[in-house]
Order: sequence, then structure tokens, then C-alpha cells
Amino acid sequence: MPALEELTAAWERFSRDPTFRAELDRLLRDYVGRPTPLTEAARLADHLARAEGRRLRVFLKREDLCHTGSHKLNNCVGQILLAQRLGKKRIIAETGAGQHGVATATVAALFGIPCEIYMGSVDVERQSLNVFRMQLLGAKVHAVKDGTATLKDAMNEAMRDWVTNVGTTHYVLGTVAGPHPYPTMVGELQSVIGREARAQIQSATGRLADACLACVGGGSNAMGLFRGFLDDPGVQLFGVEAAGEGLDTTHHAATLGKGRPGVLHGARSYVLCDDDGQISEAHSISAGLDYPGVGPEHSYLRDSGRAKYLAATDREALAACRLLARCEGIIPALESAHAVAGLPRVAEQLPDGASVIINISGRGDKDMGTIAKYFGAEVSS
Amino acid sequence: MTNPPGSPFPSRIAGAFAKARSQGRKALVLYLTGCDPDFETSRRLLLAAARAGADVLELGVPWSDPSADGPAIQAAMRRALAAGGGMGTALDLCRAVRADNADVAVVLFGYANPIFVRGAAKFAAQAKQAGADGALCVDWPADEDPELAQALSQQGLDLVPLIAPTSTPERVKAIAAVAGGFLYYVSLTGITGSQLPNLDETSARVRQVRELSGGRLPVAVGFGIATPADARAVAGFADGVVVGSAAVRVIERAVAAGRDPVPELEAFVGELRAALG
Ligand SMILES: Cc1ncc(COP(=O)(O)O)c(C=O)c1O
Repeated sequence: MPALEELTAAWERFSRDPTFRAELDRLLRDYVGRPTPLTEAARLADHLARAEGRRLRVFLKREDLCHTGSHKLNNCVGQILLAQRLGKKRIIAETGAGQHGVATATVAALFGIPCEIYMGSVDVERQSLNVFRMQLLGAKVHAVKDGTATLKDAMNEAMRDWVTNVGTTHYVLGTVAGPHPYPTMVGELQSVIGREARAQIQSATGRLADACLACVGGGSNAMGLFRGFLDDPGVQLFGVEAAGEGLDTTHHAATLGKGRPGVLHGARSYVLCDDDGQISEAHSISAGLDYPGVGPEHSYLRDSGRAKYLAATDREALAACRLLARCEGIIPALESAHAVAGLPRVAEQLPDGASVIINISGRGDKDMGTIAKYFGAEVSS
Repeated sequence: MTNPPGSPFPSRIAGAFAKARSQGRKALVLYLTGCDPDFETSRRLLLAAARAGADVLELGVPWSDPSADGPAIQAAMRRALAAGGGMGTALDLCRAVRADNADVAVVLFGYANPIFVRGAAKFAAQAKQAGADGALCVDWPADEDPELAQALSQQGLDLVPLIAPTSTPERVKAIAAVAGGFLYYVSLTGITGSQLPNLDETSARVRQVRELSGGRLPVAVGFGIATPADARAVAGFADGVVVGSAAVRVIERAVAAGRDPVPELEAFVGELRAALG
């Protein structure tokens, strides 16, 4: 597709351009609020020691402290600069949890470019707060009813818009999935997470971490963290997918754990689909992990064995969310809570004294409705 | 199902275009989503379309994520999927149509994943066995990944490629090099079912595509052709005219009103065919 060729060429050029890099760095610092801290979670580590008999040092990479509340903005500031260089007059994006939609609407407002967001109507319902945020920021939100009315369908609709309006419009894809150059470009834009974390863990402990842990929807926050450590064989990489109601049910989003090689949204990667090739509906309590595909680089890391992928159920994620809230005073997004939920299983594979970085990709404010519904009265106990 | 030895035409698709030419008219290519609204009605619709004068049938393979299709075909895909449609049933449907019509050319029109999970070679063998003449895959870049083209060619089937207004001359050449049957020129950048664009520009592009491909294959034009008048206008410069969303809408309207869609589709196809001379 010529639009993709144009984008690939532009990214290759501008990502090496010192003026572009300087502008990006300035935005990341002054607007996004980077670097984000690496916070040691001593009480969470104590809890783990008591519960699992394993004494680790646990560090949280605080993407929840980015402006707009998640790592998604790292990608958006880069893409809006690119859109501006390409002279695009209109910005579109897909969103699942609404975090990427909010981040896109935010940079569109900052640059004064009209913005339209596609969101599955199921997600519009369960993430209504983010819909209001996008609208307040001046974006138009389209509820997508086709198919399963979730993230993948929002992506379909954004692609339809883009191929129709490619001359005027830039599509800010929100994760490391989709057609080339998105997986590479989004991965590079998110790699700031791993670069910072690498320097921060070294200054905190005098060495690299033994393991990195991140949730995987499309895979951008995980890729961002992993990229800081890909060439360090001593650092184990763990991605945590959404097991929904359980991997033995059909209600999950564990694409790498349970899927097979396929083609979705212009990428060859693992997908959840049936024997006929029909894409399955993914299920997760967290809208941001509810995607039946995954970035192709994760498929490669899985097949090569460089990274390992686990899955956490809705229930485990909710418990981990509450645990982090009560141990550290940090309420993670339900997506990020999946990464926290993977910690005991990762700890099993590490020696005492090992250090682990968990990517807290976002904050949990957007999920209060969902969490309240699940815990009900329990949350007050 | 294969061409008789000594056939002057390399394939049934080429034969369909050659026959139209010999009759002094342009070929009519008709797209219908397989299994819309159900297997049996769809079978009757495809046969009726052929009877009414469609030279080539594009049998749309229902898929869960039709990201290149507009609202009309998206809705058709939903109806088809709800009726159990998919690649497996599309192949069965092709076989059923072929059992009753030995002449009409059939192209399986769909997305990559159902082909990919079977494997290109197995898909091509199944398509051949079902009596198809070729395949068109929206999201399988034929020039970058020749596996599908090779698998189809091994079965004597044509790979029909999509060419867009934004395709560069180098790409048109590369795509045409692995193509068979005809070249499908998409008359606009966008999704199926959009409005017909400026025809002078389209006409000039078709001429260019013909030159770049060395005139080896006929060029059919589609996307946005909704009425017999549109079809006549496009037939002024293309070798074939593709109608999809408009035909699907005829079916949708009839089904929604509780009528059998077959007579209405047959009448619509008849008008299109008459408009082509
Ligand atoms: C806070 C948060 N974390 C993670 C994700 C999942 O996306 P990815 O796997 O691309 O990081 C999302 C997506 O919406 C999100 O909002």
C-alpha cells in the first residue's frame, strides 16, 4: 500500500533527523513528563517473600505517571510529529481501553489537528469515562458496531477510513501490531521505556535486572521495556497475556499462548482464530488486552525463546490490582495488573535476591467502574 | 474442469473476456458474498447471476474482519457468517455452482487468513477441486509474497490482483508479472461501495495499467459502479466492469422485505449486462 510506503520512508528519514529527535525529546520531557520513575516496591516484595518464600527486589516502571495516565502517549507524540512533517490535516486512531484514544486526542489538541477516534461500541460502554475525556479534548468518537464491537473492529474501521482518506489523514496506530512500518515505528517510539529503565536499574542496584515483566495486548508497552534488554541474555523477558475466564475456556485473549500463525490487520503473527480462519472474539476484563492478534515481534521473540509468555486470568488481575493498591499505594490499570499477577510465577524461576522490573503501563482510574462491579461490596472490606 | 487440450484460451477467465470481446461487448464481473443470506439462496443467486449474463462470478469468502469492505459488504459478511458461511462453505458453494454451470468463470474473492491457516498449496488444491478458476486475496501482496501465486499456478488457477490508483508503475509491473485472468483496477482509494470517482482520470490510469502490463491481461474496473449507466460509462474504456456492493444491496433489500432475492438480482444483472452492449 502506497500510504504504508510513504510512512515507512518518512519514518526512516525523520527518526534519524537530529531536529526531529530533539523535538521529540523535548515533548517527552516537558509534555509527557519523562523520565518516569523506577519505584522500588518493597512491601510488594515482602508480600511475595511471605506468600511464595522468595525474596526478590521488585521495581515498578511508572508509565502510569505519564501525562494522560499510560505509556500510550510516548507513541502518540512521535506520530503526531511525523504527521505534521507529512503535512497531514487530520488524525485518526483506534482505541480499546480508550487510553490510546485519549493520548491521540491529547496530541491532536496540542498540535491543533482535527481528530477522530474509532472505538468498539462494547468498549464505549465499559470505558465511558475515556469517551468523555476524548470528547472534552475535542475529538469525535465513532462507536463501531461491526463484528465483535471491540478493539479489532475499531482497527478495521480505522483502516477503512485511512485507505479512503489517505491523502489528508495520518492513522496513529496504537500498538506494535498492524502493517509495516507500525510494529517497528511504535516499538522504537516506546523503546524510551526500556532505555530509561536500563539506566535506572543500574543506578539503583549497580547491575541489570534479572527479569522484565509486562502485560501484552498488542504488545507496545512490553516491547518498549524489552527493547532496553534484548541484547542482554542475562535479563529474562516475560510477557503476560490476558487469560480472561481461563485458558481452558474460549473466553481469553492469550494470542501467543493459545493462538496460531495467521494474518490480521496486515501483519503475519499469532492470531486467535478457528480452523476455517475466522478470527475469534477475544475476552478480557481489561479492554486494552482484548485483542485476538499480537505484534509480530512478540511472535518472533516467542518462537526464538528469547521471551516467555504467561497468562493471567481476570480474577488474578483483579487480585493483583488490589494487592498493588494496598502494598504500594499505586492503583494500576487492569492491563498492567496482569503483569503484576505474573510476578509469583516469574519469581519461581529466579534465585533469591534477583531483581525484577514490572512495567506499570497505566493507572487504574479508568477502570474504577469495572473494578467496583467485580468486587462489589468486597472492595470496601 | 480444466481447459480442454488445445483450448485457445489459457483459462476459463481469459475465455470469458475473449468471448465478450468476440461479441463486441465488455465483460461483466459480478461480486456476491458467498452464503449471503444462506447457502442455498446464495447458490441460486450465483447461478441466476450467471444466467442473467455475468461472465465472471467473484464469490466473496465470508470473513470476520473485512477491513477493505464498506458497509454493504460488511453487512453481507455478517449475514453470511451468521448462516455458517466461511472458507469451507464458500468452497462447497463453488462446487455446487460448478455442478450446474460448466461455463461461468468463478474467482474466490477473500482475505488472507483463511488461506494462510490452510496453507496456500492446500487452498489452491481445494479451490481447483471445487471448480474455481482463480482467486483474489485482498491482503496478500502478490508481488512481495509469491507463495499464493505459485500455489495457484501449480493448479492451473489464476491469481487475480488488485491494482489501486496509488500503485506505483513498478508495483503495477511486479503485480502484473505474477497475475492471471484479469487485472482488477480499483477505481478509487478506499473501501468497497464508495462513490464512482472521476472517470477521465480512471480511464487514463487504465490505459497506463494496460501499457505497464504489456497488454497481456484484460483490465476490469470496479469499486463504486452502482447502476447500468455507471457500467456503460466504465465500459467505454475498460475490458470489464465489476459490480459488487450494488448487487449485494439488491439482495439485502429483498431479504429485508421478506422477498426471494433471486428474481430481483437476476433482473439487476440483466440490466447491467444490457448496458454493456
Ligand atoms: C494501560 C495499558 N496497558 C497496556 C495496554 C495494552 O497495549 P499494549 O500491549 O500495546 O501495551 C493498554 C491498551 O489500551 C493500556 O491502556
